[in-house]
Amino acid sequence: MSPLLHIEKVGKRFGGFVALEGIDLEVKQGERLGLIGPNGSGKSTLVNCICGTLRNETGSVSFDGHKLDGLAAHERTRRGLARSFQLPRPFGSLSLVENVRIPILYTVNARKKGHVPHAGIDARCRDLLGEVGLLAKADRLPKDLTQIEMRKLELARAMAAEPRLLIADEVMAGLSHAEVDEIIALLIRMNGHGVTVIMIEHIMRAVMEVSQRLAVLVAGRKIADGDPKEVVRNPEVVRAYLGE
Amino acid sequence: MDVSYDLLLNAILSGLLLGGFYAAVSIGVAISFGMLDIVNIAHPAFILLGSYAAFIGNSYFGLDPILAAVIALPFFYLLGMAVYQVYYVAFERRDDQSLRGLSFFFGLMFITEVGLVLIFGVDYRLVQARYIGESLRLGPIELPFRLLVPFIVSMVTVVGLQLFLAKTFLGRAIQAVAQDQLALRLMAANPVRIKRIAFGLSIATAALGGAILIIIQPVEPSIGREYIGRVFAICVLGGLGSFSGMVIAAVTLGIVETLTSTLFGPSWAPAVSFGVLLITLAVRPSGILGR
Amino acid sequence: MASSVASSAKFVLALAVVACAIFFAGRAIGNSYAFFLGYVVVQYIVLGTAWNILGGYTGYVNFGVTAFFAIGAYSTVALYKLMPALPLPLMVLVGGAAAALVGLGTGYLTLRLRGVFFSIATLALAVVVQTLITNWDFVGGARGAYVLRPKMAPLMGGEYVQYLFVIMLVLCVIVLATARAIERSSLGFGFAAIRDDEAAAEAAGVPTLKLKLIATTLSGGFMGMAGAPLPYYVTYLDPTSGFNLNYAVNAIAMPLIGGTSSWLGPVVGAVLVGGLQEVLRVTISSAANVLVAGVLMVVFVIAAPRGIVGLFQGKRK
Repeated sequence: MSPLLHIEKVGKRFGGFVALEGIDLEVKQGERLGLIGPNGSGKSTLVNCICGTLRNETGSVSFDGHKLDGLAAHERTRRGLARSFQLPRPFGSLSLVENVRIPILYTVNARKKGHVPHAGIDARCRDLLGEVGLLAKADRLPKDLTQIEMRKLELARAMAAEPRLLIADEVMAGLSHAEVDEIIALLIRMNGHGVTVIMIEHIMRAVMEVSQRLAVLVAGRKIADGDPKEVVRNPEVVRAYLGE
Repeated sequence: MDVSYDLLLNAILSGLLLGGFYAAVSIGVAISFGMLDIVNIAHPAFILLGSYAAFIGNSYFGLDPILAAVIALPFFYLLGMAVYQVYYVAFERRDDQSLRGLSFFFGLMFITEVGLVLIFGVDYRLVQARYIGESLRLGPIELPFRLLVPFIVSMVTVVGLQLFLAKTFLGRAIQAVAQDQLALRLMAANPVRIKRIAFGLSIATAALGGAILIIIQPVEPSIGREYIGRVFAICVLGGLGSFSGMVIAAVTLGIVETLTSTLFGPSWAPAVSFGVLLITLAVRPSGILGR
Repeated sequence: MASSVASSAKFVLALAVVACAIFFAGRAIGNSYAFFLGYVVVQYIVLGTAWNILGGYTGYVNFGVTAFFAIGAYSTVALYKLMPALPLPLMVLVGGAAAALVGLGTGYLTLRLRGVFFSIATLALAVVVQTLITNWDFVGGARGAYVLRPKMAPLMGGEYVQYLFVIMLVLCVIVLATARAIERSSLGFGFAAIRDDEAAAEAAGVPTLKLKLIATTLSGGFMGMAGAPLPYYVTYLDPTSGFNLNYAVNAIAMPLIGGTSSWLGPVVGAVLVGGLQEVLRVTISSAANVLVAGVLMVVFVIAAPRGIVGLFQGKRK
């Protein structure tokens, strides 16, 4: 079976700085992949190249057997890619329900050629918010949310697009132990619904709990990829994290 | 149309001088827009304020316009700091720079223009100085002092600011604020204070820019608008925040404009900057966005 | 969907009733000054709402209002010279179409960049369109052009200014109905998403470039339509008056003062500021009335960023 996401020799520079070089990565349908690396190793750049927020200069990204290169970010979302942002980026003037409504109006509706009945949208939005535990604040504005609630809103909005692949970019940074557990459960539940998950994270406990496979980026290159338990013992990975 | 070689040569040379002058008009925006990311579209209005300051110094006190501008410098610096303080409190801190912040500067531009109309009327004003009207002649080349003096003043300003930014602690802090606010905090400098000083400087350059503007041509309150397109075309074309790029862009625009008015008539010159701006934005967006 | 169509129909009907009431009240007064004043205020509602479709809904600031407004006005001058018999409503459509095209073109060239570049480009656009018109002798060039205003209004009788007022009222109903329909449709949610966070909007599937182009085209087109009847109103049009910065300042100030988040804001702003300007013009001086919009705009963006409508809406936003 061909992989759901296929990244081939992807490279990206910012001026003279090489952010990514020759990245190869495959993600299978239904898999939970962890992606780790020190700050500045290129994780977010890779996410941005996959999602179309940035354009990779070399290599190519394929999704479900189709090349994505040259497609705008919104077209990739419509094909089934969804992401959360590292720093939550809610639509500040819209209520939570309306935040979740945007991907339904613009992604799900476009995918179904405009056949999403308007009457059911509000209920669908509230279901999604209920799933992440935000139903009580459904009609509030994002500025009334706490940090963890913002992260949950990011996930609910990503899920509203009914993606096949969800990329969770450091959704747990700065959360308490119990909150991390909550998000872990959420990601595993979404995966249970058939959504493939790429998780980018610094919190190793969460990475080990969620990931079925682990890839490591260091200085824009992939240095390891495989079974999580083996990868974390890989001397090269240990050296990258602990220094020489 | 018959355009002689001499005419063309002189057009290019006066375009060069004009471009030098444009650099002085643009340098304030190169600081505010290029380094501080503050889109001060009212800058040309401040330039005109500088022109009228020079006009007052010249016609009421008999001062040389450049000297009048030097006297006005500290007041413009303070004015700039005050404007930045309002901008910071009302927009930057609230993270609402785009819609309302831009409208704020647009409002300032309009108020300044109407204020000048109310005080000075819509008549053209000019300054007197011994060198205005004379020319330096070198064979077929004729360089009017009216353009030569502003060129020299402009270049002195640009080089002076460049040295200030490169050699002093404060200058380096201003450059740092453009790139990395965190690094600035590590240098124990308050970014808001640094930006306030830098914005004050950018408005201070308008005093000089205004004085040389009124040496080059008589002014009336609404001509500031013509400079908006020019100034931003120059800054965008030159690559934001780079003085050398800005000077090259200014000179290029000056030459293209002078050639345009020599070949097609002066009424077409204002359209040149917009053309340059649009082409730059359309063709090399990556160069502009590369930040 | 059906319910939103019905709601829009009701809204248009209500607006039409209000518009008719205003018109017949004007006739009852029987004073042409009332119509001249009314025309200006309604024109500013149209202009302010048109600006707000782009500026308020998507957050992209268009400073080149005069360019679009004057394109509408000068297309009428050109048509008047070519075929003076053409009915004014058709001229309005042509003026709107021309301005819409310019909006689309400017947007296409600059909207892929950061928003400020669009704003800067529109500032320069105003200067360039003015340069072009000043050099275009057919429409009078720098000297300006005279347009003969007919004595009587066609079809309805009465003075011609009443006809101009009716045309502007109809335009106003169309523009307000469009603005309100946008607010309640997917388009309006898409615009709001763009305004709040463009990258997040793209990630949610919003085709941001396409939506921004829709907004610039609509906004530019309505501004052109607002300007198209102007030559008949002023009867003499030259570039200095057609490109008067007042139009731009008013069109931007009125929504910002009234409130940018709903169709009501520009209406409130236009009636208030337009009325105040007229009072000042009559009582103090014409110079003071020009300043008022600029000063109020600066005060409002600093002190009441959500405008008058926002002050009454309470704490929701």
